[in-house]
Amino acid sequence: MAALTPAALPDVEPPARSGGRGRRGGIWRGVVLVVAALYFVTPLLASFVFTVNDPMTGFTLDAYGEIFTAEGFAQSLLLSLGLAVATIVLVLVLTLPAMLAVRLSAPRLRPVLEVLCTLPLVVPPITFVAGISTVLRWGPDYLAATPFYQTIISIQNPAFPVVLVIAYAVLALPFVYRALDAGLGAMDVRTLVEAARNCGASWPVVLLRVIVPNLKSGLASASFLTLALVLGEYTIARLLGFQPFSVWIVTISGANAPLSVAVSIFSLLLTWLLLLVLSTAGTRRSRS
Amino acid sequence: MVETTSTAPAPLPLNKRGRGGGRATTRSAGWTAALPLLVFIGLAFGIPAVALLGGAFTANGTLSTANLTESLQGAYLTAMLSSVKLSALVAVVGAVLGTFLAQAVVTSRFRALREAVLTASGVLANFGGVPLAFAWIATLGNSGVLTTRLGLGDLGWNLYSFWGLVLVYLYFSIPLMVLVIVPALDGLRPQWREAAQNNGATTWQFWRYVGIPVLTPTLLGGVVLLFGGAFAAYATAAAMVGTVVPLVTLQIADALAGNVLIGHENVALALSLDMVVVAGVVMAVYLPLQRRSARWLR
Repeated sequence: MAALTPAALPDVEPPARSGGRGRRGGIWRGVVLVVAALYFVTPLLASFVFTVNDPMTGFTLDAYGEIFTAEGFAQSLLLSLGLAVATIVLVLVLTLPAMLAVRLSAPRLRPVLEVLCTLPLVVPPITFVAGISTVLRWGPDYLAATPFYQTIISIQNPAFPVVLVIAYAVLALPFVYRALDAGLGAMDVRTLVEAARNCGASWPVVLLRVIVPNLKSGLASASFLTLALVLGEYTIARLLGFQPFSVWIVTISGANAPLSVAVSIFSLLLTWLLLLVLSTAGTRRSRS
Repeated sequence: MVETTSTAPAPLPLNKRGRGGGRATTRSAGWTAALPLLVFIGLAFGIPAVALLGGAFTANGTLSTANLTESLQGAYLTAMLSSVKLSALVAVVGAVLGTFLAQAVVTSRFRALREAVLTASGVLANFGGVPLAFAWIATLGNSGVLTTRLGLGDLGWNLYSFWGLVLVYLYFSIPLMVLVIVPALDGLRPQWREAAQNNGATTWQFWRYVGIPVLTPTLLGGVVLLFGGAFAAYATAAAMVGTVVPLVTLQIADALAGNVLIGHENVALALSLDMVVVAGVVMAVYLPLQRRSARWLR
């Protein structure tokens, strides 16, 4: 408004009109915001009430205390965190060199990489898991006499299912690609690398002491997105028969409803905390 | 050698050869650095994709389209249609409501409100899966807080139904739409509205002839994104309705778990292929739209 109003509009008209619209606008805006707030806050409040309200004794925080002593809690949470760390390491180790290479020396690969890294968005996780489980079934069917059989068995070790790490790395590719692409776009990769190389730095030194420090916020947001994805992923783990945190919540839900809702709230708060950290990291980057 | 002397002065080819050689080595280095990722995608994504395709077209050990035919019949067809209907409804309603919410926030004078809503949207758009289902079950399920307090059960309310799913899916779809549409609404310049007003346009005419046409690509893109999200959702539905509402994701999970007739195991793969086709078509609509909307909103 401010840009055009003084020059183009006569003196008397605009205050009256914009005042009128403002009041009417104020009403519908208020209605929209209140309805939205009700819709989005109610389930959160209600589930909290659900967990602390015992029909017999009234207010109680027992459900939250039970979380930490429930059977399988520590095990499944540790498994989820382990999977998350492994996935983050794998996906960064694979993606970062490739994306640097694309920027520095193989620009023709760029569209290929972009399409490949977007593909997992098109494929619903459940169809991905259908494909994976078909491949895993090949093990006993066709590969029993070959060394591949041992590989297929070992990546399905329930203590640490590598197959999940592989699947999650694929699912995380689109997010990691975008986060790193934004990060690399914000710095002059070529000049930095050439300067470092001219000063005699080897490639590992360039990567670890020049690129990584400059790419901190991009790497951080890629890692947080992957972490949130792995902690919340249910479909693949459930259908392949493993029990990380998200599957464990469902397993215990039959026995104790307040407990499972309490665990849900707990996992929500955990994820939200991570996402909040991520979004503040993002705003700090855009401001600097 | 003979060629170089005949076509160009001496220093140039030397220079050229030197630079060309350097570039060739960095180029091959580039390919080597990108190779692990390409191999990984080929193995981790390619093999399951090939297995899916192969399995979908194999029935009883021979090449056939029997699975695909079966996946488009009877209960499977019902599930597919129900999934598409649910996703389309969530997408359209979510897009409309999300746009209203975004407009309310964008036109607000309070900067803090805008920041708060955008941050909350970023968080809620990622709020899916099992915890979302449990939060709603605790709220409006059969023994949920609101159901019991307000006596909704007697009024015939049932969360474990098609409309229950719509209500729950909107919870992550509306925030996603807000995130998608806010940049577009920011791009609607106040000057355009003033120009329309100066020409005597009413608010309705402004939206009909200026606002909506400029927003259309973004709106459609948002609808597509919401459709994809609702279409692929499995965890929420599985934790909430079990198999009460037929959905294609639930059918696939059921078939993968072995609940099919002998010799029909590959129907799950055929259903998955159907899903990929639907999702692929939807995405194919989305990408060009996104490019078109980028033209106006700079």
